Amino acid sequence: MIRTLRKIPASALIGLTITALYFVIAVFAPLIAPYGLGEVVGKVWEPASEKFWLGTDNIGRDLLTRMIYGGRTTIFIATAATILSFTVGSVLAFMAVVIGGWFDVLMSRFVDLIMAIPGLIFALVILSVVPASITVLIMVMAFLDATRVYRLSRSVAESIYVMDYIEVAKLRGEKTGWIVTREILPNALSPLVSELGLRFIFMVLYLSTLSFLGLGIQPPSTDWGAIVKENSDGLVYGIPAALAPAIAIATLAISVNLVADWVLSLTTSLKGGRQ
Amino acid sequence: MLKLLIQRLSLGLMLLVASTVLIFVGTSILPGDVAQAILGQSATPEALENLRQEMGLNDPALTRYFSWVGGILHGDLGTALTNGADISASIARRLGNTLFLAFWAAIISVPLAITLGILSVRFRNRWPDKLISAVTLATISLPEFIIGYFVMFLIAVKLRWVPSVSLINDGMSLAEKLNAIALPVIVLVFVVLAHMMRMTRAAILNVMESAYIETAELKGLTGAQVIVGHALPNAIAPIVNVVMLNLAYLVVGVVVVEVVFVYPGMGQYLVDHVSKRDVPVVQAAGLIFASVYILLNTAADLIAIVSNPRLRHPK
Repeated sequence: MIRTLRKIPASALIGLTITALYFVIAVFAPLIAPYGLGEVVGKVWEPASEKFWLGTDNIGRDLLTRMIYGGRTTIFIATAATILSFTVGSVLAFMAVVIGGWFDVLMSRFVDLIMAIPGLIFALVILSVVPASITVLIMVMAFLDATRVYRLSRSVAESIYVMDYIEVAKLRGEKTGWIVTREILPNALSPLVSELGLRFIFMVLYLSTLSFLGLGIQPPSTDWGAIVKENSDGLVYGIPAALAPAIAIATLAISVNLVADWVLSLTTSLKGGRQ
Repeated sequence: MLKLLIQRLSLGLMLLVASTVLIFVGTSILPGDVAQAILGQSATPEALENLRQEMGLNDPALTRYFSWVGGILHGDLGTALTNGADISASIARRLGNTLFLAFWAAIISVPLAITLGILSVRFRNRWPDKLISAVTLATISLPEFIIGYFVMFLIAVKLRWVPSVSLINDGMSLAEKLNAIALPVIVLVFVVLAHMMRMTRAAILNVMESAYIETAELKGLTGAQVIVGHALPNAIAPIVNVVMLNLAYLVVGVVVVEVVFVYPGMGQYLVDHVSKRDVPVVQAAGLIFASVYILLNTAADLIAIVSNPRLRHPK
């Protein structure tokens, strides 16, 4: 374990550091942010200065503060939705493989149906009726994303389920719960973990898009998508405040991808795969 | 093969029907009172009751579903709650605008993606390949609306080549219209290109591992000859599939890009009415987006079946 940790490639190390930095900032946002979230501290769209590192936003709030709090919301919701979608999607997929028969058919056809409608459109349809609270957003995003996790986990679990050691466990008289948690899960973990990173990024993009359309996070809270929306009018006058979230999203996406790549290469090499 | 085609077609039809059910269930059964949402928290119970009566919300869900689907089959999508306008008429005008935008994005991105895909296979693991994959990775890591604002900031605000918003009307000539939609088309091309090019590259690389490619290389053909003469014909089926899948993806991209550039199309219509909680409009527009998506996906599968020689000439 320590030897593999010592061999972390530089790219993964950079990815890990930046990802960890974002999470630390998200957790300690109120301590780090120089001003309050809704505090009007300057003129409209002031340029970057010593007082306001990124300048001010469309009504004179400190942009750095908004970005820190916005990142907190974005990262918190994306993390919660990813965890929920992974738990639901993979547990249902493993159950579908182990139970098989009608349960498998029912679940898989249902997933096909949900995936036949574009996710964004489906989310818009739901959000036209249900008010966009944080809980609703997490549930909707997790529900739509769980279908993709289900497909991946099912195909992974299916190839594991025909292995000899599963047969041995069944002959030994192990219960379904044991087979899922002790035999399938450890072997399915490596592709799932690297997918976890990609799904997390997808959630960040998804939430930002919803908030940008004005259907995600509602004021007075904010997130990266909402910051773009609030400041988009300034672009026409050559004020680049709306582009600040772009850099945040891009660096987060790339760092998480670097980590995911490393995890995938690590686990495949452990299994004797190609380095 | 005919059996396969019919199977796939009927699956597409079933998905269409199922998507009407899903959209209806999504807006009707979920907790959340549409009347309350429209009138706000301070509405009196009488006003709520009147509105529910007017919208037919007191009828059983099944009755409402069948009258809605019956209307769609007759081309009647109902009227908008917010302004009482006929939805079919509003959509007809906007759908044309959206298709116009998507058409030009597709015309530019498809040949470009295939050329770039071939180029990156030809120069695999050398700098052109690495450059192309770095750029496409960057565009995939950013949401569409941010790419949109980047392009707007650079081309419309800093360079002042084209207007920053894409307002079009029927009185404009084709050239004026094309000038107006230049920015959204560029953004859509970027977004779709990345996916399409990566998948094209993967499809050709897959073929490049076959034995006949090695034979072609051994008999002394150049890299370009091998790719164009031997790999490409065999990769056409997967590439066509990739193109169709990405056109389906374009359907979703269009929603966001239209909002960024204030383009009067279906996407903006849908988003506007979601925030106004105008359920009949959302149902109608959502259904149209879903149908186009399902149609393109079905078409992709049908083409894949037809273009596969093993399925075309069964033993």
